[in-house]
Amino acid sequence: MVGVPLWWRTTETYRAWLPVNQINELAELQVCLCYRSMAHWTRYVHPVLGYQAGCHLRILNEILARDHSGDDTLSVLHVEADLSLHTLSASPCGSVVVYVIPETSVLLPQGVDVYIGHRRTAVLRMGAPMSVGKNHKQLLAHLEPRITQVVQVMSFSHTDITAALSDRVRLSPGSKESLADSMRSFKSSPGYEITFSLLNPDPKSHRLDWDIEGAVHSYIQPLLTKLAPLANFSIDSQILYYAMLGVNPRFDSSLEAYTLNADSLAHVINPVEARLGSNAASSNPVLNFLLYVPDAHHSPLYIHDHQKQPVASNAFHSPRWGGIMVYNVNDLYGRGETPLPVNININMEKVMGVFLAQLRLMLGVQSSPAPPGFLVEPCGGAGLADWELDRLMWSRTVENVATATTTITSLAQLLDQIGNIVINDNIASQVSSTVTSLQLAVAELEAGNLGFALQYSKEAILASERAFFDPSLLHLLYFPDDQKFAIYIPLFLPMCVPILLSLIKIASEARQRRKLKQSKKD
Amino acid sequence: IANSYNRPTLIQLQNTREEEEEQQTTAQQEEQTKRWEATELEEEHVHDAAVPPLAGDPPAADPPSPPPSKDDFQEELVIRPLHSGDIYASFQFRTVWDADFMGDQKVSHYRLFPKSLGQVITKFSVRELHISFTQGYWRTMQWGQPYLPSPPGAELWVWFQDTVTDVDGTWKELTNVLSGIFCASLNFIDSTNTVQPSASFKPLGIGNVTDHSFLRYATLPREIVCTENLTPWKKLLPCGSKAGLSVLLKSEKLFHSTFHSQAVHVRPVCQDPQCRTTSMELRQTLNVVFDLHTSGQGKREWSLFKMFSRTLTEACPLASSSKVYVDVTDNPQGEQFELSPATPLLTQAVVLGDRRTYSVYDLTQQASFGSSRSLNMLLRWKMLRPLLHSERYVAGYGLQAGEIHTLIYNHHPYRAFPVLLLSAVPWYLRLYIHTLTVSSKGKDNRPSYIHYQPSKDRERPHLLEMLLQLPPNSVTEVTVEFERALLKWTEYTPDPNHGFYVGSSVISALVPSVVAMDTNSTLDRPLFSSFFPCKEEASYFMRVYTEPLLVNLPTPDFSMPYNVICLTCTVVAVGYGSLYNLLTRTFQVDEPSPGLAKRIANVIRRFRGVPLL
Repeated sequence: MVGVPLWWRTTETYRAWLPVNQINELAELQVCLCYRSMAHWTRYVHPVLGYQAGCHLRILNEILARDHSGDDTLSVLHVEADLSLHTLSASPCGSVVVYVIPETSVLLPQGVDVYIGHRRTAVLRMGAPMSVGKNHKQLLAHLEPRITQVVQVMSFSHTDITAALSDRVRLSPGSKESLADSMRSFKSSPGYEITFSLLNPDPKSHRLDWDIEGAVHSYIQPLLTKLAPLANFSIDSQILYYAMLGVNPRFDSSLEAYTLNADSLAHVINPVEARLGSNAASSNPVLNFLLYVPDAHHSPLYIHDHQKQPVASNAFHSPRWGGIMVYNVNDLYGRGETPLPVNININMEKVMGVFLAQLRLMLGVQSSPAPPGFLVEPCGGAGLADWELDRLMWSRTVENVATATTTITSLAQLLDQIGNIVINDNIASQVSSTVTSLQLAVAELEAGNLGFALQYSKEAILASERAFFDPSLLHLLYFPDDQKFAIYIPLFLPMCVPILLSLIKIASEARQRRKLKQSKKD
Repeated sequence: IANSYNRPTLIQLQNTREEEEEQQTTAQQEEQTKRWEATELEEEHVHDAAVPPLAGDPPAADPPSPPPSKDDFQEELVIRPLHSGDIYASFQFRTVWDADFMGDQKVSHYRLFPKSLGQVITKFSVRELHISFTQGYWRTMQWGQPYLPSPPGAELWVWFQDTVTDVDGTWKELTNVLSGIFCASLNFIDSTNTVQPSASFKPLGIGNVTDHSFLRYATLPREIVCTENLTPWKKLLPCGSKAGLSVLLKSEKLFHSTFHSQAVHVRPVCQDPQCRTTSMELRQTLNVVFDLHTSGQGKREWSLFKMFSRTLTEACPLASSSKVYVDVTDNPQGEQFELSPATPLLTQAVVLGDRRTYSVYDLTQQASFGSSRSLNMLLRWKMLRPLLHSERYVAGYGLQAGEIHTLIYNHHPYRAFPVLLLSAVPWYLRLYIHTLTVSSKGKDNRPSYIHYQPSKDRERPHLLEMLLQLPPNSVTEVTVEFERALLKWTEYTPDPNHGFYVGSSVISALVPSVVAMDTNSTLDRPLFSSFFPCKEEASYFMRVYTEPLLVNLPTPDFSMPYNVICLTCTVVAVGYGSLYNLLTRTFQVDEPSPGLAKRIANVIRRFRGVPLL
């Protein structure tokens, strides 16, 4: 009697309470994504529509007023308008401001219906001529499909969201191309390590020198500063000597050059990758950018694509891994006169142009081609427009929420299925903070506060990962029931024998007594 | 968001031990084939970059003006023949980098200094780091002092910078990260085996730190050092294992040694004599003692090729100095051993309180390599080799079949002589006598006499005796295959996994003598020379025993713990049963049973149908 509760107490596993119900609710989460869109109408178009922003109108008018000198200034007009409109009203993160201008306005060049600038503003030309006098609702109905189109370009579209969720939600099989596009960029993570590696296959043939510090400062850093709300970035560089490619390039006598085919690219980096090294001090994903300078005997080296055409940039990239660029310096070797090793200074502008393009792809900043009639201002010094950042933030937030939800639901499932796992208090607190952050993130997302939503989703993902990968969850995982039986049976089986025997005896005695009673009655 | 995706429950081990670079699975390559794509460069990105493009031609063809090198790499190998006949080889690779790890500026652009280590030093604010992995124990009595002492197993001691607030937490994280970098079980370092020495471990670099709360010291004596620790260690070298002295570092030879120790020391040092600025120094050292006595067929001579199975062909192109030193102090006139190729360069150095003389080979000079373009130092001891000796070993893999090899060496330069080989093999190694082969100098050597008695299980062993003619200056190899038998479980020794011994083979021979032997009397000769009778003048009798063999037999799993559980549980249950019996049984006085005659009478009466008594 004393032993059984004692045994029960000493062998039970501690399991803290988990908000299972809320987690299960999260599993069937439906998020409604809202964007805050403001349409400003000019009085020009429709005096009927009551609301307009007077100053906006004034600015547009001013710009237009200055524009009678000639056609030269016309092309920069919309750029100026974009800037002035932005300085006027700083729109919050995640919002899109659409200015509607009349059909006849000269603000936009001929044949351009929509202009998207660097910030979060778009200028939309009123489509078909509208008869004055139509009411507000009709006008809105008329503009709605086009505004939707603008918003899809500037913040998010269905394909973006499905791409962000593609790892977690099984979708109907789409086209291969779109799948490749969605797989190219890195998954959302609280931080990224960017590593630039200079590969020198033969230090006896050339001595390489690159000004990586300056190049990072002037080319890469502006983009990363812009992306700072999204994730933390850290940049490293190293030089690897005797780093060979995994494939021997073929000599093409017609080009007098060595060539690498697109088919063999997969084998190129394998031997190099073992030496790249991951960042020992953090567990964030690493983006590798390799600059390969072929030695004198294998130079020049060109990369050919699948159509056997040389690639202009002489670079290639692998989704979610990084990129390689081949930098030929064969003209520097002289005709065997200069003594080896040759000192080579690398032109970082050329290199960083390629790496920057690859970095944008890896981070998912690629913009889908704009629909016809759209004029998208090329990104400026920062390498990223405000609305491009918003776009990225939308998809990253959704992805974070999805990842955290999956992690936490599968953790709950796992804990539910395996009863042996100890759940400590710190795990329970991590789980509940995940759930709170997730709920907050979803609420902010629905309210359209993109900045807060991203912040909460990042918190959720961190807490969920910490809970999922906590080492204490593994302790008693592998202590199956059959082993328990094997240990307890030698004790319980012999102990049961006398108990069972006495039970049988009691039963038989009881039966005999009853028989005795009956016979007495008789 | 629908949830149809389950995470795998098992967390994959992060530190899958790194294989050699060449071993890449084809499956992985297949997967990658689809993913690679050429980068299409949009022009705008290049020109959008913040810095305005330089006017005119791209300045790729700058005049070759090497910038002031901020880092420097040196490599060095010292070889010291020890008195015991072993060879001590000590490698040192030194990288000095004029970077300020202790300043506020983050160091992130690496050239010669390894990035992985630099990141660790930066992240954990390490001031000094000393880590060593050692297999074997340095026998100071036999070998003298090592250049860099280290304890068996792993040793780690770290001085943190005084900006670190949570030293214990940082230490724990640091050991985990280092265990990933070096593929070692340093993650077993915790508070139970960490100490803070107050006086013994002062910083070796500059800096006058006295507060030992920033020091942590731990050893793991159990750590087994092997090739998976060597590969990451080699990766820290700028030339990897591709050029310079590091080509000698091949694990199959390095770990075939009596002592192996590899270490990494990071410390701040002075940049100039005035010590105005500091630089970071990384010293990677590797010390190894080769027991060429046993592994080198009993010869004491050594060469680079014999020790490392490689020769030197070039210095590491990145090294500013690359030298090999050989300690020749014990050989002043060259009477003990001779070193080839001879080098005119001699240097003296005071090491550990002793003045030593070294021959120096400078690898940056092309002349060191001679005409063959490879440097293979060879040291030959001036000693006589025995005319006859032998070796024996078991070859093969798995627990089913195997092969016994017996090698018999005849070192006589021109005389052949016969030997008798006897081997007795236990019955549980079932010899296949049809696989018996004898060969010398690559040719079949047919024994002139063979006596073979097969074994009987649990009764008698195999007996194999043969007479062999050993050609001059040759190795004769006798091989026979066998199969391992299964024993009954009672026949295993108490430690069956240790293996089963097979006794030595005996080689009896009449060896040609250089001097005439005295066959006449045994009276006046000293006892130690008169044991074997001498019948011939021109030869003497000798007997050589080979090594005993240690063979692993298939061993069942002796599940001792479960037996103990069963036994104790049964004892407890029996005790419980009797206690239970005592508690539940009711005792009552039994009526005396009727006598035997009465019972028999009752049986008969029951048959007859008469009422019982």
